[in-house]
Amino acid sequence: MVTASLELSGPDASRAYIEAAAAEHPSLLDPTHLLDSLFGVVNIPNVVWIDEDGIIVRPPEPGWPADPAILRPAALQRSGTSSGERADDDDPEAQRRRRLMELLGSGQDRAAYADAIRDWVTNGPDSPYRLAPDEVVAASQPRSKAVSEAAAHFELGNHLWHDGQRDGAIRHFNAANRLQPGNWTYKRQAWSLVGNERVGGERGRFVQGPLPGEEADWPFESDFATDVHKLELGQYYPKTI
Amino acid sequence: MITHHLDIEAAEFTAATGWEIKPEGACKADICVPLGPGAFNVGSTAERLGMAVVHDPNAGMWALGPESFSGRALATAQAPELVLSDLAGNEFRLSSLRGQKVVLVAWAPY
Repeated sequence: MVTASLELSGPDASRAYIEAAAAEHPSLLDPTHLLDSLFGVVNIPNVVWIDEDGIIVRPPEPGWPADPAILRPAALQRSGTSSGERADDDDPEAQRRRRLMELLGSGQDRAAYADAIRDWVTNGPDSPYRLAPDEVVAASQPRSKAVSEAAAHFELGNHLWHDGQRDGAIRHFNAANRLQPGNWTYKRQAWSLVGNERVGGERGRFVQGPLPGEEADWPFESDFATDVHKLELGQYYPKTI
Repeated sequence: MITHHLDIEAAEFTAATGWEIKPEGACKADICVPLGPGAFNVGSTAERLGMAVVHDPNAGMWALGPESFSGRALATAQAPELVLSDLAGNEFRLSSLRGQKVVLVAWAPY
């Protein structure tokens, strides 16, 4: 196993997670989202299977370990545009939060994913989960010239953000998000940079939308909760296994 | 790929994109895309590979997006080389695991 953290703000954002895992496998940093441009990763977590000959046998897809305790929605439940306060079941904001969790929890079968990997590790080419090369290419993300342009804008945004040119960076992040709206790593990365500026601490990077009362000051054309609510069940983490 | 000018050499293009310029064309993994006659030119090569070229005049920079000629993120099932570092700054190459099955996991702290 090899892990890569798609985070442009610097290694400290990933450090606590990597050190807590104390993993024996390579735990890498991907500050320019190379996994997006090289493999077609568009959301996290995403998993790629590669055989002994360096041939991809499953392209990027949503995947998790079997342990539900570390699944993402638990963290996301504390994020977004809500105030985080408790609300009763009839409260529209509570209903909206429940729908958000439903959307995030639908799609890929989380519990079965690790078993599928184990099947491939045991059975290799005979595993039903191994895809042929032409199937891998066909199942990888579509890439138009607009998607390539989104990557170029994201790279410029990343460069300018580090150079302290915040407004210029956000213009490029917005352009990337318009050109490839299905790329959640670009969107979440950009939103989290500003969320972290405003909130900080452990929760800051999960605040990917305007805080209540600060909507007019949000520099992006959308936010996490708004975009997820536009989806149907199963679209955020599409089922591939 | 970020550049401050488009007058770049083939070697620089290869180092940044992984596409090697050969007599038969621009080549990566088991794919070669013909480029036509003449010396290497980043504009025509990018066009042939479907790489977007975005200019930011205020910043004085250009960025080249990844290839899109095949219509898919993966033009081939052969895994691209991936070179990243860990927290200690140690460089790691995905190709160093050739001979083993690899599960590559993308995650983020957000």
